[in-house]
Amino acid sequence: MIRIEPRNSSSRFLKFGIPIASALISLLLAAIPLAFAGADIGLAYLVMVKGVFGSVFAFSEMLTRATPLIFTGLAATVAFRARLWNIGAEGQLYLGAMAAVAVGTGLFDVSGILLLPMIILVGCLAGAVGMAIPATLKTKFGADEVVTTLLLNFIILIFLQMMLEGPLKDPMGLGWPQSAPILDQGMLPPLLNRMRVHSGLIIAVMIAVILQLLINRSVWGFKLRAVGENIFAARHAGISVNKTLFGVAILSGALAGLAGVSEVAGLKGYLTADLSPGFGYTGIVVAMLAGLSPVGVVAAALFIASVFVGADSMSRAMGVSSYLADLVVAMSLLCVLIGGFVTHYKLILTKSVKDNKE
Amino acid sequence: MIDILQILISESFWAAALRISTPLIFGVLGALLCEKSGVLNLGIEGIFVAGAMAGWLGVWLGLSLVGGLIVAALAGAFFGLIHAILTIPLGLSQHVSGLGVTLFATSLSYFIYRTALPNVSSPPRIEPFRPIDLPLISEVPFLGPVLAQQTAMTWLALAMVLLVWYGLYKTPVGKAIQAVGDNPNSVDAQGLSVYSLRMGSVITGSALMAIGGAFLTMSAFDAFFFGMVNGRGWICIALVIFASWRPGKALLGALLFGAFDALQVRLQTEVGAFVPSQVFLMAPYILSIIALIIVARQADYPRALLTPWFKGER
Repeated sequence: MIRIEPRNSSSRFLKFGIPIASALISLLLAAIPLAFAGADIGLAYLVMVKGVFGSVFAFSEMLTRATPLIFTGLAATVAFRARLWNIGAEGQLYLGAMAAVAVGTGLFDVSGILLLPMIILVGCLAGAVGMAIPATLKTKFGADEVVTTLLLNFIILIFLQMMLEGPLKDPMGLGWPQSAPILDQGMLPPLLNRMRVHSGLIIAVMIAVILQLLINRSVWGFKLRAVGENIFAARHAGISVNKTLFGVAILSGALAGLAGVSEVAGLKGYLTADLSPGFGYTGIVVAMLAGLSPVGVVAAALFIASVFVGADSMSRAMGVSSYLADLVVAMSLLCVLIGGFVTHYKLILTKSVKDNKE
Repeated sequence: MIDILQILISESFWAAALRISTPLIFGVLGALLCEKSGVLNLGIEGIFVAGAMAGWLGVWLGLSLVGGLIVAALAGAFFGLIHAILTIPLGLSQHVSGLGVTLFATSLSYFIYRTALPNVSSPPRIEPFRPIDLPLISEVPFLGPVLAQQTAMTWLALAMVLLVWYGLYKTPVGKAIQAVGDNPNSVDAQGLSVYSLRMGSVITGSALMAIGGAFLTMSAFDAFFFGMVNGRGWICIALVIFASWRPGKALLGALLFGAFDALQVRLQTEVGAFVPSQVFLMAPYILSIIALIIVARQADYPRALLTPWFKGER
């Protein structure tokens, strides 16, 4: 017989070991679909590693890919720590991006040096509003935020198409549904010459550090954790649960909005309906791999970005479908979930319990 | 106004509504079965994709249509098993596990499709289910012509509503499933296995979801497209709450949704010149959220939903 017992404390070794082991196992499991696709497995892994670490350019592409994932990973982290299930980062990302191009392309008269801060501000606001709605529906009407945020993703995506064919459409865009380009003063400066990696990365890492302190050291962070760990105890202790949840929602939405700002004002320059290949959903995986630690999110985002960039270049070189990357990402989430079980519980063979008594 | 009335009394409109509802009926029954036992299954969106892909691929590789449905159901059961193991004996977060299953099932289906058909520009087609014209039923005024346009899968969906209702409310197993979703300790005290009841419900429910997905590639269309599920799974999760976890109301909810979706397509052609088409496309999702707000407070949810249960731990 096997018995399940909660651990009294989870060791530091498990806390760091489990996510790293999960990442490695999911990478190893990729060998199965690779074999299924008939690829030379050893070569495929080699090409993937080269695709990330083979050149400065490859590495900078990985950092570029990691930037939005840090933002959406943080958005999920903040919300999940309070057990607010924000699955709507994908939609909030697009709200942020829409606000960014609305201001950044000269629709409003904001000039010069103020433009970039304005773009960032409205992007955060738009994302925050996107999460404030489901949070209000939850606290006022009891409507489950999982379902409302998921459905809002679809509503916002359709709204985006409407905007790109309407008010936000670039008149010079040859009929394509895309926005006009953001003015030069509104763009986040690049970090390296002739590379796409931009200063959004620096902002993302800085915010991760700030959030780490905010959650672990501040009074507000204490309230957030209290609501997440035991909502009844938090209420009993006099914490205003709804107010805390609303604050968490605003912060989480703003972070997802920033992902949109960073992509549109740091990388693309203009907005299309395929700005994000699911960054919002992948952010959830990033957050779980990070064990819901803001600084951990940076590391997890670098791993997931490496998987995507590496698999892309492997796919181009060897003709294996690039959906392999999504598969590895999904498997890493399932692995880290199982790992979480190992962190919190121990399996005990009933026979060995007797041994312990001796 | 007259136009809307004319649409609402036309047979072709209700035939379309029933067709649109069919995958939702399977999905909402599947989600309901999982949740009745106390397990939220957010894997539904991915299981829809897996069912759509597996059923289609089975037929494309030479199976019969029924064979394709069995393959789809087995694929759904497989992903249901993963979700069941993670959330029931291991007691992990049902939200995160479900999302993980959705990501896994979707990416695995896309990967297999791309690997099986590397170089196709237009998706290959299969011979899908055809409408069956039953001699006696098609004589019935109004209802007859509506039903005559449906395939065997719609009939299966309607039969499933009856079966799930009967199973849950009239059989001992069904009553045990309901009890395990409300108060697992009482079921355990009766000497029944909480784990088996929950695992069985999740696996069966997931198989139903996958058949809903298979409807898309084997009856509504005849090919598999990326992104074809398009949130139908999430809508089913909303519909279960709207239906207050009752099979009859679930059928009603799915039919209402189908009718509304069919109506927006027709309105789009009527007033499309004045209103952007996206307003109509958005409407079903907005309607789902509104329905959720209206019923959320009085919803009679299974008491032990989302709560893991461990043997020997009180």
